[in-house]
Amino acid sequence: MAKKLALKNNTIVDWISKLRNYYYAHKKVFFIALAVLIVLTPYISPSQYILRIIIMVGIYTILALALGLVTGYTGQVSLGHASFYAIGAYTSALLSTHFGLNFFITVPISAIVAAIGGLLLGLPTLRLSGTYLAIATLGFCEVVRMILLNWQSVTNGPLGVSKIPRPSIFGYELTLANNGLYYLMIVLLILTTACMIAIVRSKMGRALKAIREDELAATMMGIKTTYYKVLAFVISAFFSGLAGAFYAHLIRYIDPNTFVFDTSIMILSIVILGGMGTINGMFLGSALLVSFPEVLRFLQEYRFVVYGIVLVMMMRFRPQGIMGGQKKSNYQFPSGTIMNRNTTQTKFSLSQENSVEGGV
Amino acid sequence: MAFLEVKGVSKHFGGLAAVDKVSLEVNQGEIISVIGPNGAGKTTLFNMLTGAHALTEGEIIFDGEPIHNHTPQEIVEKGLARTFQNIRLFPELRVIENVLIGMHIHTQYSFLDILFRTKKFRKIEVEKHQRAIDILDSIGLKQQVHNYAVNLPYGDQRRLEIARAISTNAKILLLDEPAAGMNPQESEELLEFIKELRDQGYTIILIEHDMNVVMNISDRIVVIDYGKKIAEGLPEDIATNKRVIEAYLGRSE
Repeated sequence: MAKKLALKNNTIVDWISKLRNYYYAHKKVFFIALAVLIVLTPYISPSQYILRIIIMVGIYTILALALGLVTGYTGQVSLGHASFYAIGAYTSALLSTHFGLNFFITVPISAIVAAIGGLLLGLPTLRLSGTYLAIATLGFCEVVRMILLNWQSVTNGPLGVSKIPRPSIFGYELTLANNGLYYLMIVLLILTTACMIAIVRSKMGRALKAIREDELAATMMGIKTTYYKVLAFVISAFFSGLAGAFYAHLIRYIDPNTFVFDTSIMILSIVILGGMGTINGMFLGSALLVSFPEVLRFLQEYRFVVYGIVLVMMMRFRPQGIMGGQKKSNYQFPSGTIMNRNTTQTKFSLSQENSVEGGV
Repeated sequence: MAFLEVKGVSKHFGGLAAVDKVSLEVNQGEIISVIGPNGAGKTTLFNMLTGAHALTEGEIIFDGEPIHNHTPQEIVEKGLARTFQNIRLFPELRVIENVLIGMHIHTQYSFLDILFRTKKFRKIEVEKHQRAIDILDSIGLKQQVHNYAVNLPYGDQRRLEIARAISTNAKILLLDEPAAGMNPQESEELLEFIKELRDQGYTIILIEHDMNVVMNISDRIVVIDYGKKIAEGLPEDIATNKRVIEAYLGRSE
């Protein structure tokens, strides 16, 4: 029995590695196919219900990418990201309902307001570590929710904000029916992903990973750890706010109950399930976790039991997440790097370069 | 004037003087070894030099500038880098990334350069990667660039730590027991490598227990016991110094 299972497992591994090799050999083909698929999805999707779920997957992917920068790359656990999501949603909702501002003006403002929230939370708390930081961010999440509930003159309290206008470009309304909202989500998602990839593949990304791996050693390498942790937090809050603003204009009605602690946990689960310190894991994680309750609808009230069991099994058998852990592929050097230079020359260039660069 | 001057530094933890009024001078291009029994205060001294501990008293002058009570980040930028007694690499990062992180302080482009992948960004990234490869090549780790630090054999991890310290463009390297846990052949290779570094112009301060390494490599030796400096001199003098032998083996009754 066990042997049979191992054999089966092996064929799966073979199959995956074959697929991986095929992917590396035909990267362009895959990329074009993916692009075509993304463009055609609304026409393939059988109903608006499915399209709406896909858009929610997109929103949660943005949130997970944002939290992934803080938790996955920098190793700082935040349980308060629902609050930035809320700040973004409320800012955009209130600006557009009270002042009639266009979506494309309110979205950047909301993201910046959320980023300021991130700065206010991050500056005092990021000196804390581990569990203490988690509790502090959790507290912030509750504070924001209480403000939304009780500052009735502005937020309309528990009744929430309704009649939020749809996004529109030059008077052309983007709706679910004309697929405008779907394509808008794709644009925001691509923007977020591009920013995250750019950050991760730079000295900033390396500094964040160094902080995650060993904060003291990172300090001894000259990395200003508090600065980078706060910066990551602010960027993270910015994109969470962006997601919130889009959400507000998608659902068109928001109340404080949307942005509870559960939402923070959901985002964190996506990051952990998808794989800490990965980008593609965030897509996979949110696709699985967001669509799961819908797929399992036939189980009725038992679905969250199954959902929980799946999460527990996952953590037992693959704690690094689906995409996490060490990669088999090689490190990608920036194009233009030469691996094999004349070694005898390089050996003695050590000190030479040292003196040239010493003053930099 | 000496390259690095340590003037009467002390570090008190509560009532305990871990390091007590230690002074030493290091000249450029020297290999100085700091030895002493366990708990003598050697690592505490290193922690003070690199800014991890604030001084209780005394001053440290590097290249004519006081560096005591600066942050660790400022001290690395001035040119003092260290390795750790119990290896502190970034375990789940690749070998090349470990070295690139060492170059963080002199990888200079702005956040906008990062976001927009400017020409400046690409040029600097290629330069730094190239240099990282060169450093790994010179230390014999080039075959491992793609590997993760945690997967390296012990000796390679120690060497990677030195590579990471070099990559900060340090002028003084503080090596905390680099030969610990190495077999005789590995420590022999390390000895050669450290000598080579000195010949290239690095100044090296070494904490080491392996007397074979210490006696072979050091230009001068400083002995610390109970936080106090008890001797300083050439290797052959230290080997016969009565107080040093007492510190290590105890007094004969």
